[in-house]
Amino acid sequence: MNKNYFEIIRAGINSTFQDLGRNNLYHIGIPFSGAMDNRNYLLANKLTGNNDNDPVIEFAYQGPNLKYHGDKINIAITGDVSFKIKKGDNLIDGECYQSLILENDDELDILSTNKSVYGYLAISGKFDLKFQWSSCSTNTKAKIGSNNGEKLSDNQKITIKEINNNFVNRKLNYVNTKIENIRVIKGTNFNYFSEEGKKIFFKNEFKVSKLSDRMGMRLEGKKIENIVDTNIRSEGLIKGVIQVPADGNPIIMLSDHGTIGGYPKIGVVVSADYDKLVQLTPGSKVKFQEVDLSSAETLFKLYDLETQNLISQI
Amino acid sequence: MIKNISNLGDAALYCDFGKEVNKDINTQVIKYFKTIQKKNIAGVNNITPSYNKLIISFDLKKINFNKLKKAIDNLEIIKGDSIQNKRFEIPVCCEKEFSLDIKRLEEKLKMKEEKIYESFFEKEFFCYMTGFIAGMPFLGDLDENLRAKRLDTPRVKVPKGSIGLTEQFANIYTFESPGGWNIIGNTPLNIFDSTKEKEPNLINPGDLVTFKRISKEKYQNYHE
Repeated sequence: MNKNYFEIIRAGINSTFQDLGRNNLYHIGIPFSGAMDNRNYLLANKLTGNNDNDPVIEFAYQGPNLKYHGDKINIAITGDVSFKIKKGDNLIDGECYQSLILENDDELDILSTNKSVYGYLAISGKFDLKFQWSSCSTNTKAKIGSNNGEKLSDNQKITIKEINNNFVNRKLNYVNTKIENIRVIKGTNFNYFSEEGKKIFFKNEFKVSKLSDRMGMRLEGKKIENIVDTNIRSEGLIKGVIQVPADGNPIIMLSDHGTIGGYPKIGVVVSADYDKLVQLTPGSKVKFQEVDLSSAETLFKLYDLETQNLISQI
Repeated sequence: MIKNISNLGDAALYCDFGKEVNKDINTQVIKYFKTIQKKNIAGVNNITPSYNKLIISFDLKKINFNKLKKAIDNLEIIKGDSIQNKRFEIPVCCEKEFSLDIKRLEEKLKMKEEKIYESFFEKEFFCYMTGFIAGMPFLGDLDENLRAKRLDTPRVKVPKGSIGLTEQFANIYTFESPGGWNIIGNTPLNIFDSTKEKEPNLINPGDLVTFKRISKEKYQNYHE
C-alpha cells in the first residue's frame, strides 16, 4: 500500500498543491489557478525528471517542515529558498535548483522564501491526489482542487503513490532576479483617469500592500483620480489586469482572481513579467512602464526562450 | 453583434457589444460564447461572457491577438440553441448581522430600509452571467431607485451566502471572498457545489430568480 509519505510537522503559511492550472471554466466563475511562478514550477519538475504538468507543492514565505517515510526518493526545490535537510544527526544546508535525495526518516525543513514569495517542491514520482476539472491546483477560497481545496495543515500526511526509481543528478545555475519596473499595456478604461492620475500611474512608485495573496496584489501609493466613473459594468478579467477602485489604489489580479470585475482597468501586466511580479513581497516598491502590444509579444517570446533555454540546460 | 474588438493586455481579446445592458444584447453575447466554445480554437484558454462584453483569453505560445482577432472576425454564429429558463426562489435573511450595508444604502438611496427590502423582494430577476467567484449569479434588473455604486474600498472578506446589490444588479456570494457590493442579507442555500463537475452552478445564464425573506429562526434551521 502507501508506504511512502511525508508527515507534516509544520505546514507553513500557505502550502498548496499546484500544477499548470485549469482552463475553460471562467464562464462559471472558476479561475485558472495553477503555480503562481510558472518558470520555477517548470524547473522543479524538470529537475526531478517529471512531466511538465505534474503536481508540486507550492509554498509562500515560510514553507513546510516535512518528515519523510519510505523508499529513497529524488526531490528538488526551486525559487529563492532557504531550507535544511536533517539526516540523522547531520543537518545539511539545502541548495535550490538541484536534484536531492531523501531517505527514510529524513527531515526537510523549508524555512523561508527569503526576499521572494513563492517556492516549489517537486518529488520524482506522483503524489496521491484527487483532481478536479483535470487539475490538482488548489484554490483555497473556492475550496477547489486537491486536499479538499484546503492548504496543507499540521500533522497531516501526504501520501506518494509512485516513486520514479531512475534517480537523477541534475543541477542548474540560476539566480532569480527581482523586478522593479513592471511593464504594462494600457487597459480598456485608461481614459477614465485624469491626466494627473495617468502620470502618477506611470511615474510614481507604488508599494505592495500586506493585503496580497494568490487572488490579487493590492498596491498603495498616490491616489489615481478617476474622472469618468469609478465603476464599470461587470465584465471578464484575466490575470495581470490592474483595476483601480474608487479609493485610487491599484489592485493587480493574480492566478486565483475573480473571473468578473467591475472596477475600471487602467492597465494589464505583460505576460513576460508575470512570474516576477508574483514574487514581490509586501513592502516592495514597484513602478509601471508602458509598452505596446507588439513589444509585449516580443518580450514574451524572449521570456519563453529564456525559460526553454534553462530547461534545456537541466 | 460585436461592435469592436481590442486587446486586453497581450493575451486576451476584448469584444465589445456596446454600452447598453439588456436581455437581447446579453443573448447575443451568449451565442458568440457558445459558438466559440464549439469551434475549439487552438490556444484559446477561456471565454468569459458578461452583460455586453466577451473576453477571450489565450495562450501566447500558441496564438496571438491578430491571428485570433481574424478568426473571430470571420466567425459564423451558430443559430438556434435557445437558452432554457429555470426558476428559483432563494430564501434570504436580512437580520442586522447579515445586512452589512443596509445603512449605507439608506443613506445613498435616501430610502428607508423597509422600502428597500419591499422593492427588492417584489422583483423577478434574470441571470445575465455567472462568475467573479465560482457560481456567483449576476441578476438583473433592480428598480431604478435601488441602484447604488460599489463600496469605495472592496471588503477583504464578504461572508458566504451574502446577497449584494450594485447598480442595476443583485448577486449572491457563493463562498467567502473579497468583494465590493452592498450587502443586504444572507441565504442559507448552497448556490455552488464543486463536487458536481458537470453542473456545479445552481443558477445559470437565462434562469429566473426571486428572493423570499425568511426569519433568523428559519435561517438557522434551514435544510436543503
